[in-house]
Amino acid sequence: MFRRTVVLVVAVSALSVMRVSLLQAADARTEAKAQVDFGIDVAQRGLWREAIYRWEKAVEIDPTYAAAFNDLAVAYEHEGQLDKARQAYEQAIKIEPNNAQIRQNYELFKEINDRAAAPKERP
Amino acid sequence: MTVRQHPKNARRLVLAAIGAACAATLVACGPTSYEIPIETPIQPKLDVSAFQRVLIAGFVSGGTEDVDGNQETVRLLRSQLRTKSSLRVIDADVMQLQEIAQEQNKAASEPAGGDAPPTDRESSAPPPAPAAASASGQPLPLPQRIREEKDLEPYERLFANTTYWKRIGEEYQNPLIVTGTVLFMPNTRSGFVNRDVEQVDQYGRRHVVPVRTYMERKGFILKPKFVFIDGRTGATIYSETHREEVLYPAQQNMPALSSYFELMDRLVPDFLSALSSQKIRGTRVLLK
Repeated sequence: MFRRTVVLVVAVSALSVMRVSLLQAADARTEAKAQVDFGIDVAQRGLWREAIYRWEKAVEIDPTYAAAFNDLAVAYEHEGQLDKARQAYEQAIKIEPNNAQIRQNYELFKEINDRAAAPKERP
Repeated sequence: MTVRQHPKNARRLVLAAIGAACAATLVACGPTSYEIPIETPIQPKLDVSAFQRVLIAGFVSGGTEDVDGNQETVRLLRSQLRTKSSLRVIDADVMQLQEIAQEQNKAASEPAGGDAPPTDRESSAPPPAPAAASASGQPLPLPQRIREEKDLEPYERLFANTTYWKRIGEEYQNPLIVTGTVLFMPNTRSGFVNRDVEQVDQYGRRHVVPVRTYMERKGFILKPKFVFIDGRTGATIYSETHREEVLYPAQQNMPALSSYFELMDRLVPDFLSALSSQKIRGTRVLLK
């Protein structure tokens, strides 16, 4: 009887911990999503620096949000920060390896990155 | 009086309700991806801030005789740099590098203190680069007619001749010198290719179907190597090799010069990106 009670208590506490963390994750995603939406809105109006600020915030709030990393990579690419763009794309692909849209963006990015890859030499 | 609803109508109503619910959800959620145009700035591969002028000197060229690879490449690159670079382009006669290399080679293979007095150009020719010399210490012979890639190899030592390029640099007030090799060769290939063929089915609908067909094709290969030389020191600061090819159906008679420009059009952005910053336009997808 005692053993059953202990198991039940442990199960209930584990469930409540899981529920709390799930709720926290959901909250984080909701908050990050708001930043992502705002970032898209300002990027469409050409305000890329503001978009970067929003998307950096989004990935900080929810580091498992692949779309936020993708958008951040696009913005870095637009700003010519190619190293940062590659890192963000790789992170997005790591989170969602089967996302065709992220992969397509990354392939297009790599073409440009390869073009700019030759070492800069000073005469 | 009661009216019994027909079961088919009820099903339609349910389907309509589901459809409306789905549409409402889609409208409420909005799209999840947005295509957006971007412009990626690319920094030049070379720091050319030390130069105000650029000399497109000339190229050792070979392959087909239908196109003068040296003249055409010099003309094209000069015109591109005039509009797309901040460097001033020097208008000078196109250098016949093949002849210059032959002269340097002759001077290098002649024994010291020979009877024949060296010409102005020969007098400044230093010994050839070790890589281009044969086992006996003699420089490799330079083929008169350049047909393929290996014929160009012995000419490489011309670009390593720092004394010569330094002298050219002094002559033109220390510009950035662009030179190299251009190989423009005919190319034929036969084999199976995928072609999209439009077909009309029995209902009159048009479909595009991929069809594998055996084809004889002919075209050209363009292989330029651009060598960037510091006119102050005569040293090579950067070089890059490109390769492009184009194939047409064997029946199509495409002039060699048109193909040359078609292929150079593909390469020019890469060439320019070595010297000047560029913006590359594209589109990406933003996700929610």
